[in-house]
Amino acid sequence: MAGEFGKPEVVQEEVDILIIGGGMAACGTAYEIGPWAKQAEKAMGRPIKVKLVDKAAMDRSGAVAQGLSAINTYIGSEQDPADYARMVSNDLMGITRDDLAYDLGRHVDESVHLFEEWGLPIWKTDANGERHDGSKGMPALKDGGKPVRSGKWQIMINGESYKWIVAEAAKKALGMENIEERIFIVKLINDKNDKNRIAGAIGFSVRDHKVMVYKFKACLLVAGGCVNIFRPRSVGEGTGRAWYPVWNAGSTYAMAAEAGAELTMMENRFVPARFKDGYGPVGAWFLLFKAQATNAFGETYMTKNKEMLNDYPPYGQAAVPASCLRNHLMLKEMKEGRGPIWMDTVTALGKLKETLSPREVKHLEAEAWEDFLDMCVGQCGIWVGENIEPEKKNSELMPTEPYLLGSHSGCCGIWASGPEDVGAPTDEGHADKAKIPSHLPKGWSWGYRGMTTVAGLFTAGDGVGASGHKFSSGSHAEGRMCAKSMVKFVVDNKDHKPELDTDVATLVAEIYKPVMNYMEHRNYSTAIDVNPHYITPKMLQFRLQKIMDEYVAGVATYYTTNEHMLKLAQDKLDMLKEDAEKMRAKDLHELLRAWENYHRILTAEAHLQHILFRQESRYPGFYYRADKNFVDEENWKCFVNSIYDKTTKKWNCFKRAHVDIVDKSKLFKAAAH
Amino acid sequence: MPTFVRTDKCDGCKGQDKTACMYICPHDLMKLDKDGSETGHAMKAWNQEPEQCWECYSCVKICPQQAIEARHYADIVPLGGSVQPLRGSDSIMWTIKFRNGTLKRFKFPIRTTPEGSIDPYGGKPAADYAKISASGFFVQHNGYRVGNPAELIRKK
Ligand SMILES: Cc1cc2nc3c(=O)[nH]c(=O)nc-3n(C[C@H](O)[C@H](O)[C@H](O)COP(=O)(O)OP(=O)(O)OC[C@H]3O[C@@H](n4cnc5c(N)ncnc54)[C@H](O)[C@@H]3O)c2cc1C
Ligand code: SF4
Ligand code: SF4
Repeated sequence: MAGEFGKPEVVQEEVDILIIGGGMAACGTAYEIGPWAKQAEKAMGRPIKVKLVDKAAMDRSGAVAQGLSAINTYIGSEQDPADYARMVSNDLMGITRDDLAYDLGRHVDESVHLFEEWGLPIWKTDANGERHDGSKGMPALKDGGKPVRSGKWQIMINGESYKWIVAEAAKKALGMENIEERIFIVKLINDKNDKNRIAGAIGFSVRDHKVMVYKFKACLLVAGGCVNIFRPRSVGEGTGRAWYPVWNAGSTYAMAAEAGAELTMMENRFVPARFKDGYGPVGAWFLLFKAQATNAFGETYMTKNKEMLNDYPPYGQAAVPASCLRNHLMLKEMKEGRGPIWMDTVTALGKLKETLSPREVKHLEAEAWEDFLDMCVGQCGIWVGENIEPEKKNSELMPTEPYLLGSHSGCCGIWASGPEDVGAPTDEGHADKAKIPSHLPKGWSWGYRGMTTVAGLFTAGDGVGASGHKFSSGSHAEGRMCAKSMVKFVVDNKDHKPELDTDVATLVAEIYKPVMNYMEHRNYSTAIDVNPHYITPKMLQFRLQKIMDEYVAGVATYYTTNEHMLKLAQDKLDMLKEDAEKMRAKDLHELLRAWENYHRILTAEAHLQHILFRQESRYPGFYYRADKNFVDEENWKCFVNSIYDKTTKKWNCFKRAHVDIVDKSKLFKAAAH
Repeated sequence: MPTFVRTDKCDGCKGQDKTACMYICPHDLMKLDKDGSETGHAMKAWNQEPEQCWECYSCVKICPQQAIEARHYADIVPLGGSVQPLRGSDSIMWTIKFRNGTLKRFKFPIRTTPEGSIDPYGGKPAADYAKISASGFFVQHNGYRVGNPAELIRKK
């Protein structure tokens, strides 16, 4: 029976493992899982059934949709996973899980070598130090080919088709019969007999009038990070030009929280300093083309304001100061009226031209454009519209609105089980440990790599908190690690029968409520969008963004907030959450927007609650609590974690101890003299 | 720059039940107006929420008629420029036109293997189930970094 609008067909399906998302992490899992599932058949006595659902089309879904111009995490044979874990820690102001970062550092290059085998062109350096794009017949990385580094950890690629290639391998590995696209998952469902276990998920098709109810033993939740909870700098047509992709709506964090999973470091955010308005990447400009950023008077603020780094020991003393501190130095110039901030592309390219042949200069120009064309075409749009040729005219820089993510230069996310063989704590050593809810695991590892604190619920990529700097390659590798542990979990629980804690009819009614709100009330007023009985998803989003921007350290206040502002914002969010019950959906597209925005609200609330709980400003340059405007190493060098109670709708934040697994003092020695 | 569809070029993907642009847009923006009731142009696609467009160009690159272009966000960018790709099987050509008329062309490789040629498990070993709890993947390509054990300061 085919459904119709308002009367969806209900499709129920039982699998062993459901993968939610089709991005980099999901593609990693889809690839790695086959061989392990095959070997597990004997122990299971039958094949393991795996299904993947994505709200978009895997060829271009997630943060890599557009392509990328660099792989930001490649360790190489010359660096140690411990060096990588140190860098991650320092960039995130000291509070990351070394076990997770170190483990990622061990595995990540394996995924990069696969990408190259599948057809991703990776730039190489020849014996004379000249750069070649990836179509040239140079040795592969796995055979000792030398990548072009645009920084200590990044390597350059011709990455327009990056996602297309990675998705092709994933789709073939898993089989298209096990993949369904255009399915948006709205919520996870706990097990009837164990509220700390996951048993199912419900979602709907964005194309057909179908509600999907899945039952499973294990689930990988990898629906990306969160964009558009803060009012973006552009609010007209340019609203869509967020730096991170607009379609990552916090589904990962919101659904995990509602299922009872412990979140971590949700106070962390990323405020990238990028080319103004287009948000084109700056990494290659700084690291490959050696450009400088200056204030309006040509002064390099990183040098001019370097004393400000001394306020934040030891992080300010690292050879490369944390990203937030670099923003901190830039913001001083902006706040004191010495803007605009410039990226001096003219001088940088001019200097490079002095030492290069005309052929190399031509190549250099192409490289500069490709950096944008591969991953941020919109930036080129601004350049052509404003007649900016980077060798002739400089471009403005600007810090964006805040984003929440766990795989790029941020570390918010879900508390996940780490590796057992690196010396991670096995107990909780915090003075406040009595405040940690007793049902939660102790230590950093509870049996299955990548599992959250809810049995059967796994995550990777942007989902895993307290790590960060995994990027595309690391997210893929982390997804692969989860493939193994999920297979093991399924085998270990082979006789477990998942049972949903809520009946299907109730669940279906809940997720189709926005449609019902519309159908019931649409004739009350003559104007379809203005009606006292419902709110459009768009207005819901505007309200959320206004609250977050003005009270929770958005661009309106130069990223500044305080306890009073946060509490006021929470009152407003409480009412917004109530009004979310009145979301309207006039078609399936709007039903998608309605639930995306619901996920945004919960993610925003977690962010607010964590900032409120942490009595310091851990990330100066990303946010300031004006009432606690310092970094307090003595009391707050710890994780802030939380759980959400979906019945009372309240958050419970608590501390967990931070421990170093690799020695961080090595970071600071060089700069100390 | 929200995308727009040219009336003279779009053929509605010849009436197939799923158009290329609808299939690919990661944000569910492209829509086919079957009877013309929404745009006045029957059997042609349009961007139903331009202010949500990320300018990812996925639809532009996939359209078989080259019917989709982008007009840069009007609230940010002066009119007159354009950035238009032509994506082939192993490379992409970009034509870049500035507001002042300056023209640039670039061609970049996108892939070193034929599309559809990936053989995910070809020539790869089976997984060793005894190692399911150990570190490492089912196959190794010289990329696993063992790490210097002395760096792990809490491990005896
Ligand atoms: C502007 C930008 C620049 C970047 N630059 C680089 C770079 O240069 N180098 C680098 O290595 N990395 C870079 N990254 C980082 C990289 O893209 C991410 O780290 C990586 O994509 C994260 O993987 P993921 O699987 O966690 O999420 P994603 O790849 O974003 O995948 C999320 C998936 O979930 C799906 N989804 C979301 N919600 C739902 C739902 N409710 N139901 C079903 N499906 C859902 C989405 O459709 C998508 O398939 C960049 C990212 C951005 C946005
Ligand atoms: S892909 Fe191109 S031809 Fe097909 S419907 Fe979309 S705009 Fe029209
Ligand atoms: S450019 Fe990207 S976001 Fe915009 S309509 Fe096309 S596919 Fe969708």
